[in-house]
This record gives sequence, C-alpha cells and structure tokens, in this order.
Amino acid sequence: MANKRIVIDPITRIEGHLRIEVEVDENNVITNAFSSSTLWRGLEVIVKGRDPKDVGLIVQRICGVCTSSHYRAGIEAVEDAIKVNLPLNAKYVRSMIAQALFLHDHIVHFYLLHGLDWVDVISALKADPKKAEQESFKYCKTPYATGEAELKAVQEKVQKMVDGGQLGIFANGYWGNKTYKLSPEQNLIALSHYLRAIEVQRDAAKLMAILGGKQPHPQSFVVGGVTCVRDLLDPSRLAEWKTRFENVKAFVDCAYYPDVLMAGKMYANEPSVVQEVSVPNFMSGDGIALNAQENLFNAGYILNKDLSQAFKIDENLIMEECTHSWYQENKPLHPYDGETEPNYTGFVEKMTIDGEGKNVAIPAINEKGKYSWIKSPRYDSKPFEVGPLACMLVGYAQGNERIKRVVDEFLQASGLPVKALFTTLGRTAGRMLQTKLIVDYGMETFNALIENLKNDESTYTPCPIDEKKEYRGRYIGEVPRGMLSHWIRIKDGKVENYQCVVPSTWNAGPEDSQGKKGPYEANLIGMKIEDITKPLEIIREIHSYDPCIACAVHVMDTKGNKLGEYKIDPKYLG
Amino acid sequence: MQIKERERIEKRLEELEKMPSFKEEHSIAQMLQEKGISRRDFMKWAGGIATMLALSPAYTPLIAKAAELSDRLPVIWLNLAECTGCSESLTRSEFPSIDSLIFDYISLEYHETLMAPSGWQAELSLQNAMEKYKGRYILMVEGGVPFGDEGRFLTIGAHAQTGKELAKDAISKSAAVFAIGTCSSFGGVQAAYPNPTNAKPLSSVSNRSIINVPGCPPSERNIVGTLMYYVLFGNLPALDAYSRPTWAYGTRIHDLCERRGRFDAGEFVENFGDEGAKKGYCLYKVGCKGPYTFNNCSVSKFNSGVSWPIQAGHGCIGCSEPNFWDTMAPYEKPLADRSFQSVFGGMGADWTADKVGLAVLTATAIGIAAHATIMKIKESKGE
Repeated sequence: MANKRIVIDPITRIEGHLRIEVEVDENNVITNAFSSSTLWRGLEVIVKGRDPKDVGLIVQRICGVCTSSHYRAGIEAVEDAIKVNLPLNAKYVRSMIAQALFLHDHIVHFYLLHGLDWVDVISALKADPKKAEQESFKYCKTPYATGEAELKAVQEKVQKMVDGGQLGIFANGYWGNKTYKLSPEQNLIALSHYLRAIEVQRDAAKLMAILGGKQPHPQSFVVGGVTCVRDLLDPSRLAEWKTRFENVKAFVDCAYYPDVLMAGKMYANEPSVVQEVSVPNFMSGDGIALNAQENLFNAGYILNKDLSQAFKIDENLIMEECTHSWYQENKPLHPYDGETEPNYTGFVEKMTIDGEGKNVAIPAINEKGKYSWIKSPRYDSKPFEVGPLACMLVGYAQGNERIKRVVDEFLQASGLPVKALFTTLGRTAGRMLQTKLIVDYGMETFNALIENLKNDESTYTPCPIDEKKEYRGRYIGEVPRGMLSHWIRIKDGKVENYQCVVPSTWNAGPEDSQGKKGPYEANLIGMKIEDITKPLEIIREIHSYDPCIACAVHVMDTKGNKLGEYKIDPKYLG
Repeated sequence: MQIKERERIEKRLEELEKMPSFKEEHSIAQMLQEKGISRRDFMKWAGGIATMLALSPAYTPLIAKAAELSDRLPVIWLNLAECTGCSESLTRSEFPSIDSLIFDYISLEYHETLMAPSGWQAELSLQNAMEKYKGRYILMVEGGVPFGDEGRFLTIGAHAQTGKELAKDAISKSAAVFAIGTCSSFGGVQAAYPNPTNAKPLSSVSNRSIINVPGCPPSERNIVGTLMYYVLFGNLPALDAYSRPTWAYGTRIHDLCERRGRFDAGEFVENFGDEGAKKGYCLYKVGCKGPYTFNNCSVSKFNSGVSWPIQAGHGCIGCSEPNFWDTMAPYEKPLADRSFQSVFGGMGADWTADKVGLAVLTATAIGIAAHATIMKIKESKGE
C-alpha cells in the first residue's frame, strides 16, 4: 500500500502561519515530514536605509509574542557596531525586561498554547473534585487553586459551556484521543491552572510594563541605554516589581512545576512524546545578566547528545541557505552577506487525507523544489536545535551549577532518566525548568540594580553615529525560543544591511542541499499516529518547540546593493 | 444625554433581547455571581466603560444591559500579515476585571492563537461559524493584507487560500468588521517603504464599512471598548477621517499628556537620562510625536493603567497614525522642521484639529526656540 499524506494547516496555538505535511506508511508511522511557513513580510528589507537608532523599534514588530527580544537585539546590534559603553542600570533593566518576557511567554505557552495537547478538557468534566484535590498534593506540598470547591466551580463553568453547545475555542478539539494520558482528576487540576494562567500572565506582562511603558511592544530602550529613569528612581515602582514577581513565582512553583512533573510521570511511556530526537546537536546563547559579571545562561553548544562536554561557538561558522526556501539564491551565506530575493513557487496538487479520512486532491508541498519562507541555518554544516531545552543541556554540559541543580532535582522527582531530556517531553520540561531558574535567581538582578542605584543614577550614554565611518555589529543572545542573533552593517549613517537569525528558523527550517533536515522535520520521522484524521501527536511535537513563525521568516538583502537601490521585481507589486 | 439617542439605544437593546440566545441557561448575571462579582461591582464596571466611551453616567444602566446581552455576539478573529501583538494585547484585558469574562461570553468562534483544533478541524470551526452565524458575527482582523504576487505572500489552510481571499469571504458574511491594530487599519510595518509584499489595509479588500482600531498594538481597552460600542448602538460609532472611533482617537496624545505642563513651560529633555529626564520634562526634543498622534494613551495607558511610553521616558512614536513608520521617522528626533501636511498626507484627522495642530506645532517650534535662547543666555552667563 502506498504512503498516505497528511496536511495540517493552519497549525494553531502558535505565533504565525505554519503548515506541516507528513507521509505515513501502512502502519501510520511517519516516514517523511515537511515544514512550511506560509507568510513573508520582509522587515529586513524595510529597515534598510533608515536611521540605525530606529531599527530596534521596527524590528520589534517582527513578533508581538516574544516582544522586546528583537527590540533589544536591534538596539544592541547597533551598540555593538558603534561600541557603546552601556551604563550598568541599563544592563540590569534590559535583563529584568527579558526575565519578564521569559516568565510571561513560557506560562502562556504551556497553558494557553501547548496545554491542550496534554490536557483533555472534556475528560476533566468526569473528575471527582475531592479526589482531584488529594491528587494535587502528590506533586506539590502547597498546590495552587486545587481546593475541592474551586475545582468544582471550574468543572461547572466548563460543563455549562458544553451544555450550551457553545464551545468557542474548545470546539472541534481532539478530545478523547488515545494519546491523552492524564486521569480525569489530573485533567481537572491542569484545567484550573489554565484558567489561573490567564490571570497570572497579566501580572507577568505588567512586570514588563513597569519598566517598558507597555507590553506588548515596550518602548523604553534606546541606543545608549534605557529611558525609564523616573521608574527606577521611584521606590513604589520597584516595590510593585517585587510584588508582581513574587506572584508569578508562586504560580511557577505551585502550578507550572507540579503540572509538568505530573505530565512527566503520566506520559513517560507514551511513545510519541518519548521518541528520542534525530537532530542531536543543541546550541544556546548568553542570557539574563544577574550582576555586572555573571549570566544565568552562557553561550555554547553540544554535539551528539553528549553532556560531557560543551563547545564555544565560532560565529564565522553560522551560515544560512535556501535550497528549499522561496528565495533566489541557494548557496550558504554568512549573515553579514546575503544574496536573496523572493522566488515564490507555490504548491503542487497532491492526494491527501482530509479531516474525515477521505482522499482529496489539494495544493501540497513540493519537496523536490522550494516549499517554505523559512531558510535553513546551519552551524559548521550541521543542523542544530535551539530553545529552552538546548539552554538547559548546554548549561548542564558546561557544569553551570544553577542549571545542574534544577535539572537533577526534576529528574529525581519525576523518576525520568537523563535520556528523557532528548524528547518532546524533555523539551516541554526544559522550558519549565528555564522558567524555574528565572523565578529562583532573577531577583539577583533586581538586587544588583538596587545596589547600583545607591551611587549611580546614569541610564544613558550619548552615542553619535559618524556618517563618514562604516560599521558592522551584531547581537547574539538567548531569548525564550532559543538563540537569537541580529547582524547589521551601517554606512553613511544609515542601515546598509540587516539580517536576523532567529530561533524558530533553526528549528523549523526546511531540508538543506545535503538532504539534512532541521528539528521539526527530522524529529517527526518514526512517530506512529493513532488517528490520522486527528494527528494530535504531530501537533504536540511541533508545539513543544513553541513556534514563532513570524520571527523565523525573513529575507537577506542583496549583496553589494547600494542604499536606496533595492529593487523589487514588478511582479511583486501586485 | 440626547433623548433621541437614548431611545435609539433602548430600541437596539430590545431588538437584541428578542434575538435567540446562544446560551439560554447561562446568563451573565449567573456567571458574575459564580465569579464572586457583585451586581454593584458590575455596575461600577459599566460606569467605567461609560467614562471610557466618553458617555454620560446616564448610560451606565444601558451599558450593563448591553453587556448582559452580549452573548448574542459570536466573534471570528483572523490573523493575516501580523506579529500577534494585537491578540496579545487583547489577552491583557483586565480592568475592569470582568473584561475577560465578557470575552469568554462573546463566543470566540475562531482565533488561531487560542483555539484547540488545528488543520482540517480548525477550518471546520471557521466554516461552521461563518454559516451558522451568517450576517450576525463580528469579524475582528489582525494584520495587513499582502496584495503582491496575487496575495500569495500569505496562504492559510489546507487549500492554501490567500489571506486576501479569506478576508474578503469573512467580511462578506459578517455583521460588522473591526480592523484591530495599525497593520489591519493602515497596512502597518510590512507596508512601510519599500513595502516588499505590497501590503494594504483591510479596507482595500472590500467596500464594507470597517472600523479601524489602530495602535501597535492598540490598548486592551480600545479593543474591548470598540466591541461594546457596537453592542450599544448597533451601528458604527462616530469616526474620524481615518475611520477611527472618536471616543478613543478623538484627542491628541499631546492634549492630555501628563508632561504637557513641562511643554508649556518650555522645559525639555535634551538627552535621555539627563536631569530633565529625571524630572519628567517634555520629550518633544527627543522625538515625541504626541502632537501629531490621535489616541487615548495619555488617559487610558496600557496593561490596566500600569504605564505608557511617555511615563517610561520615551516619546510617542505615533503608532496609531497611517504610515507612521515612514512619516514619523526618525523616532527620536523632533518633527518641528517638517510641515504638518507631510505627517497627515495632506489631510488632518479632522479639519478643526488640523488648524489646532498647526497652531500647536508652531507653538512647539517657538517653545523650543525660546527655550534654546534661555539656555544660551544662561550658558553665556556661566550659570
């Protein structure tokens, strides 16, 4: 029997527009997989020719979910180019805003985006609230929002929605799928936390707003420092930060951590979530300054799942290529150079299985040609996975004591072996552990800021850009979805070339010219699908990377193009 | 309040009341009770919304009633060429704390960021909602519409439908359309020069009246408030020349800015982080575009009033204005040397404001000049 093809588009509960296609054999085991991003916006083209000091605000609009990541990257790439001596207060504020983002982003991801892959909302209706309350004490001494009365109220709330026949966002979910592994009581606990997460994420967002002016899209970074000096000099603002931080920490300690622990125990034998990764290389960047010298996360990479040694990154070995991406140029290029113009070739008609199991002809990915707006970044010609899991693994291999502590404690509490880290389950746990690290150690930054403010109120260093000089600079750092880098060239006081290499690009990119696949595609192969009309396993795997597709898609500028000479093929002008 | 207007609203609410309810057994009053929210808190919230919509307190009971009837409104939310910042802003809605409840209550039929199903099942949710509630659902759209290459820079769904086609179809069956955010309202960041994908505003897709709720992103209040207005009046609110509701976008940032007194006194931040910055001086000289920007940030702020850009010491960048990425740049330099025309493409948001704005701008230029002179005199005296 010939292979069947499954198309999933849109992949929902992510940022951006993503299409996944897989082929399965007669046993419904995935034999091949393809990832395609279906939106291109071209922001790197747009920043060309502008004031370098404006770049941060523009590139922030790459993404409203990992808001502030690209803002900071755009500002710090310019600071790196023109060599700015950043005041310590600015360094701490940026670190605190990054913390606020990690906390917000990871909580929203686990509950609102990824949670419904692990938690069967409808099964929770069958739970006994009293038993569920008792169950919650197995994973936490002081559980969050799991008292019998509250769980009962949660149940009634959802029951009413179901009875009214108005399921809204819960309509047509994959409820009842055999790969849901939590008991009704466990589902109810997680459902209660889902509702509470909506409240807690607002607190995490306010953390960013206190120093950033608003969230999403804060506005207090400038080339040379930060602008929120009045908030720093106002003790009530700092107290507000501390209080909200503690609120978020309570949720992470008593809801998020125990829920992942529970999932770890219950899913330990579900093949689709403990299948080991095929891309065995992991890379991460520096992240979260705790004080003047020390970061919570440090840059590096590991190879072949080997936790005994970590390597230093050589920036010259980062290349991107477009063999299967909708751009003209195929050969690998370093981010400072680039030779790309859009070259959209679309889809080709193929027979695929639809939502009712029928064979239908629809436009599908042409894997022999180009099929995605995402490129394929490679390091030393190898694909890498980036993200919170990579950050934990690299830190572990580096012997980072803070990271070793939380990872070891989690493995011990869950009874999972080290190799369980290299799985979908491990990836989801890694994100939670990264969040745990921030709530455990983040206040060190706050304390360093307070200490510094006692004798230093500076927040900004004036930094003129010499129009007669040429500059180039870059930012590399760890953001919620992994290692992010922005690369800039400045000439005549304007942006000459701009390039982002974004976490989701590393993970979601298509095959390269050597036939090597990135993590999304490679790690799906070999997975068995329970019901090919409702491929929950695929969605769970893809969600475990926390896709941010608007970030992943971008275009490099044409090499040697002079400012203002960027030409667009008339056929793209509609 | 105008008697006529009041009657009109009452009539509208009566009509809504007669419509079949989606959730018979599930009145908002019950839900409030379950949530531990008293009737008094609820009325307080309705009063808050009245203030927000610049209505007199006499509207409060009508707003409460409107909220109670809002379960008649299915909502479809589409994401086109966007960054998801507007959806994010929507989920920050909190103050009054039952906003999110109201939102649960407005049945969110399709929202790619939040909905459980993917793929075929997601498509099914959309088709079901568009058929079942044909002519009755509210469509909210986030993101610009790429027109380049026949719209193929964005495709959605198994059939690889372009964003342009999808939007057109969804608009045609809707009761009302809100363009949420600057991308959807005016094209946004992807439409900035040289606009490589030829991105356009949602209004380019159809001739239907579309309410624009711009901002990058708009505050959670402007998104929710716009919905409430529709429930109340059953038609479009008063709009300015750019189809923005005047209740939210009727005044300039500058007019109600907390630092306005500093501007009038000629006290300006010269460099970020200087003594003036510590004292909260006006940010005009470091690029604030408050004088050219119509929005209510100075009053409503963001994240339930926690802060807004000017409070955080950075100038406004004009994010609720058409083409602001091009017209307001550079964002950290003043526009004093540019004519008002260039900012508004030759058309003010309203003609009166146009004249006022011109006066403001002149005053600003004078203010800066006067201030610079004083500084010079001080310097020369060695003070």
